[in-house]
Amino acid sequence: MDTTTFIIEKGTIIVVVFAITMLMAMYSTWAERKVAAFLQDRVGPNRAGWGGLLQPLADGLKLFTKEEFFPNTPNKFLFILGPGIAMSTALITSAVIPWGDKFHIFGKDVVLQATDLDVSILYIFGVLSIGVYGIMIGAWASNNKYSLMSAVRASSQMISYEVAMGLAIISILMMTGSLSLKEITVQQAEMKWNIFYQPLAFVIFLVCSFAETNRTPFDLAECESELIGGYHTEYSSMKMGFYLFAEYANMFISATILSVVFLGGYNYPGMEWAEQNWGVNIANIIAIAVLFAKICFFIFFYMWIRWTIPRFRYDQLMNLGWKILIPLAVLNIILTGIVMVLFN
Amino acid sequence: MAVEQISLSGRKKVVSNKEMTFIEKIYLLTILKGLWITLKHLFRRKVTIKYPEEIREMSPVYRGQHMLMRDDEGRERCTACGLCALSCPAEAITMKAEERKPEEKHLYREEKYASIYEINMLRCIFCGLCEEACPKEAIFLTKSKKIANADYSREDFIFGKDKLVMPLEMAINNTKSNTAN
Repeated sequence: MDTTTFIIEKGTIIVVVFAITMLMAMYSTWAERKVAAFLQDRVGPNRAGWGGLLQPLADGLKLFTKEEFFPNTPNKFLFILGPGIAMSTALITSAVIPWGDKFHIFGKDVVLQATDLDVSILYIFGVLSIGVYGIMIGAWASNNKYSLMSAVRASSQMISYEVAMGLAIISILMMTGSLSLKEITVQQAEMKWNIFYQPLAFVIFLVCSFAETNRTPFDLAECESELIGGYHTEYSSMKMGFYLFAEYANMFISATILSVVFLGGYNYPGMEWAEQNWGVNIANIIAIAVLFAKICFFIFFYMWIRWTIPRFRYDQLMNLGWKILIPLAVLNIILTGIVMVLFN
Repeated sequence: MAVEQISLSGRKKVVSNKEMTFIEKIYLLTILKGLWITLKHLFRRKVTIKYPEEIREMSPVYRGQHMLMRDDEGRERCTACGLCALSCPAEAITMKAEERKPEEKHLYREEKYASIYEINMLRCIFCGLCEEACPKEAIFLTKSKKIANADYSREDFIFGKDKLVMPLEMAINNTKSNTAN
């Protein structure tokens, strides 16, 4: 009986998280177009539904009805596998995110997290590095020089920025002493956000997350002016849609990780007070709302950056990654160590 | 003053290739500056004119779709002289002349009229030279904001007399207002 309730509980959470990730990714495409338009003094999509709110559905429908084109490639299986990997890796990262503390339903505590891995951060890094295979395999199987070029760029970019990203997070781990995202969130309660203790790590992590999600200014993998569409040059119909969609799902996930690791996750000032006076459920509904506000801020920030900063040149990208971010991250680790020894 | 420093517009900027300072090299501050600029645009008034709902304010000399005029008695003014077609720099106008029969006196003002009058709206550049060339004040480019609508076939953009000739009700109204004055 216990197993059944466990499966139902976790199953519900998984389905809800999946649906929310999809919904957020869907509306990120709408938001991106709106933000782009507003930053350029335009109004953006406003025909499909109120304020263009049905635009993502219309886009999806359009992509479904498009002709499915296969290039002359010997690797048809890999060609289909590419977008699949990109999409699934974008989605499975959300399993370890603590969306809230817990709900109290039917006399039972429901933890708002699909699974509380002890090694959540390692898990996320692992999945992120698989994510590059989606791009690489798809581009390789396209049998197109532009795509191949883009695959080379994407993989080398991801490898170089993963190093700096990992090093940046090490300084956080030194402070928290735990790899579990839940633990990291709990430790940031009552405004003890990591961003105040580790601003440098935050900046490094933020810059790297732009590179990891292939967003401007580091979107060299799909640099239109040089590589046409990059890795999705040969893709059409919903396979193309999957790639584009995976980018937004990735953006949502990395915004979530940023807010969980650095902005205190679902914590908000006065959460304990709210829990005592208004009950666990209301306090946690606010907590989820707060987390989503933080996530939405980061998603907006991604778009804001995209329409502000032009694309980096490839050598600049590599210089920034290897010669600036990695030394800075190492320096940050040393500084953290010194400060911890001196003040503890 | 040296020639290099003269700036008649007052907006001249001398380009310099100076080395970037340390703060500029870090980029972060300049990126924040850029973000501030784009953020200000977020709240600026949008320049878009939402076309079917809002219509752009047209200039007083705006030239819209052509109209073949009728006179006070509602007769077509065109006499099919072909001067408009001759003046047209885009070769957009064609017509076929025909002699007016006695019983058609109430329809056409001149003894010769255009039985077919076609303007290819894909060719037309709305320059208004046909209007200037016309000796009979028969063709005018209206101020109507109706521009040739999008369509699928090229044939649909060749406007014949059915679309070009002034509607009769309009001619009646015009005559009424003229006699009232």
